[in-house]
Amino acid sequence: MQILDHLWIIPALPLLGSALNGLLWRRMPKPAVSAIAVGSVLLSFAAFVKLWREFYEATHAAGGFVVPAVRTYFTWIAAGSFQADFALQVDQLTLVMLGVVTGVGSLIHIYSIGYMAHEEGYARFFSYLNLFMFFMLVLVLGANFLVLFVGWEGVGLCSYLLIGFYFLKKSAGDAGKKAFIVNRIGDFGFMLAVFLIFWTFDSLDFKQVFERAAAMPVETAGSYGVLTAICLLLFVGATGKSAQLPLYVWLPDAMEGPTPVSALIHAATMVTAGVYMVARSSVLFAHAPLAMATVAVIGALTAIFAATIGLVQNDIKRVLAYSTVSQLGYMFLACGVGAFAAGIFHLMTHAFFKALLFLGAGSVIHSLGGEQDLRAMGGLWRKIPWTHGVMLVATLAIAGAPLFSGFFSKDAILEAAFVSPYAIRPLYFLGLLTALLTAFYMFRLYFCIFHGTPRFDEHQVHVHESPWSMLAPLVVLAVLSLGGGWVGIPKLLWGENHFEHFLAPAFGAAEQLKVQAEAAHPAAHSIALEWGLMAAAIVVALAGALFAMRTYYSRPENADRLAARFAGPHRWLLNKYWVDEIYDFLFVHPIQWLSTNVFWRVMDVRAIDGAVNGVAWTAAAGGDRLRMAQSGNTRSYAAWVVLGAALLTTFLLWLGP
Amino acid sequence: MVPASYYLVLSAILFGLGVVGFVFKRNIITIFMSIELMLNAVNLAFVSFSRELGSLDGQVFVFFVIVVAAAEAAVGLAIILLIARNRQSLNVENVDLLKL
Repeated sequence: MQILDHLWIIPALPLLGSALNGLLWRRMPKPAVSAIAVGSVLLSFAAFVKLWREFYEATHAAGGFVVPAVRTYFTWIAAGSFQADFALQVDQLTLVMLGVVTGVGSLIHIYSIGYMAHEEGYARFFSYLNLFMFFMLVLVLGANFLVLFVGWEGVGLCSYLLIGFYFLKKSAGDAGKKAFIVNRIGDFGFMLAVFLIFWTFDSLDFKQVFERAAAMPVETAGSYGVLTAICLLLFVGATGKSAQLPLYVWLPDAMEGPTPVSALIHAATMVTAGVYMVARSSVLFAHAPLAMATVAVIGALTAIFAATIGLVQNDIKRVLAYSTVSQLGYMFLACGVGAFAAGIFHLMTHAFFKALLFLGAGSVIHSLGGEQDLRAMGGLWRKIPWTHGVMLVATLAIAGAPLFSGFFSKDAILEAAFVSPYAIRPLYFLGLLTALLTAFYMFRLYFCIFHGTPRFDEHQVHVHESPWSMLAPLVVLAVLSLGGGWVGIPKLLWGENHFEHFLAPAFGAAEQLKVQAEAAHPAAHSIALEWGLMAAAIVVALAGALFAMRTYYSRPENADRLAARFAGPHRWLLNKYWVDEIYDFLFVHPIQWLSTNVFWRVMDVRAIDGAVNGVAWTAAAGGDRLRMAQSGNTRSYAAWVVLGAALLTTFLLWLGP
Repeated sequence: MVPASYYLVLSAILFGLGVVGFVFKRNIITIFMSIELMLNAVNLAFVSFSRELGSLDGQVFVFFVIVVAAAEAAVGLAIILLIARNRQSLNVENVDLLKL
């Protein structure tokens, strides 16, 4: 059987798993729940591997192969000239995303068996997690904006359900609601974009929309039009889902969910949906330079903004959450300067090392019996050597140590930010500064957890290494974090940059425009420049790491002195620039006031309740009058009947022919 | 041949008698019989038209009316019987439990 002809199987398997676990969990023992959940995702992964081979064979076969391969299953909505099919498609971009989602997803499912073993709601957890996989796969496989939107909203729902997994904790419920509401704002933009796309292109199919868009002129300065509007609105959607300024506030709070959820949804896959969507719409964005510039600037600003907050956070998962926001900013920076392949490359390597960081953090938390505060850790490296090893690999990868996966993807982005015709110089320096901060806060995290003197009560806490079901995925992810970047070794380092060549067909139209732009603004390309950029990236990473080592390892007392010297900025960062408080003041309180005093007390109580009560009161009063006709006297009824008949007859005779 | 108008006049007279009895009589049985009288007055009109127009439609209607009247008689007489048993009276003036 060709998976290429039965693409629906890939998302259907996790859906089946979710339904089985969600509906039959009362009758099933835990091992069966785990087997169904993990099995369905592993089968999905196997289907992906087979699909990959088929795709390769098909693209290499003589006669060529139409990319993307679209498979239409049924007409979903048909109304007037509007038609949307339930259609799935595969191209190179989808393949990469499928690999990340099913691969990392499988590992995290396996990890969850160990991590969630003693939790309430074991089957519920796996049911949600499988449902998430289903929607995420629909999202990346969808062949039109509507199917994409279904996946988009579905993963949002699962994110909400899983953030609020411990729903008896108020903070978890609040965090879930926050994520849902903030995402709703982004989705509003996305929906408007979809309407505008249909209005402009008379279709929602990727193929037709992108073909028609490619034939339109580029909307340069002074000729901004509908494409710019579409792209900006799409990007509003992306800022919600992918936690960019100004809608990033939900992601740090989303860490209330179980750690595997943070790893899968809020680091590796769902939050990258915005990047995927922007990359998928690369043709549209390439025609709207203003939107591109917006994406790049917002991305770079988010990267630096979140990185600074991450410097001082004390909750291990919050540091990683801000790091995720920052790295997502990197990906948008790449997309914004037209280096879509680099953005997707970083998306993939980030999925590996950030999933590893979260799962490793989960392993640390597990080993300390639930402790998440960095100030209560330290000196763990001897006690949990495996976790320590994989965390070190992940830290090196995200900091951009040479030859680790993050090095290649980050280098590709920084280079693009320097030489791309769409880029301006400050973007590059923001990116470089972020790289410095990233290395610093990641090594701070590493040293605080694993080195120095233990800051917990060693007699109270029994530190133990995690079970093999948790360690095995960590080791696999560590291998990927180390070697995952080798698919995209640049020419400079005698590589072939397979990854970019592989993705090239998916971004073909956008690339052409970029080449034209380059011709208009020739950038200084030279081997020396490339070496220089790479050296700069390595130097800042090293500087950040060494500074963190000096501050938190060699002389731990330095950290407090540093905080004391920069008390003002430190307070700003510790309080996350008071963004939550500002949003509370600017939006939440006014809206709550409006809801209470206008929508509730006036609209609801007076207008709506008033109208309903008024109707009821009128009916009652009318009935009271009409009751008089019911005299209870049989003979008066008889008289009424005769009178009525007489009137009716007269009336008919009067009007009669 | 007797002209149709004769039948129709008779029918109207019978119907009028039925209406008068229906409105002014107090005995339930009499009221009930008045209703039957009205029904049959209508039946008479139906058949006379049927004959005049040479169409069977009117006669078909008559059958319907007879069937309905029979059903009505069955139900109505049962109600009257119960009223008579419970109240020892057939005067409609006494059947006024719904009175305000």
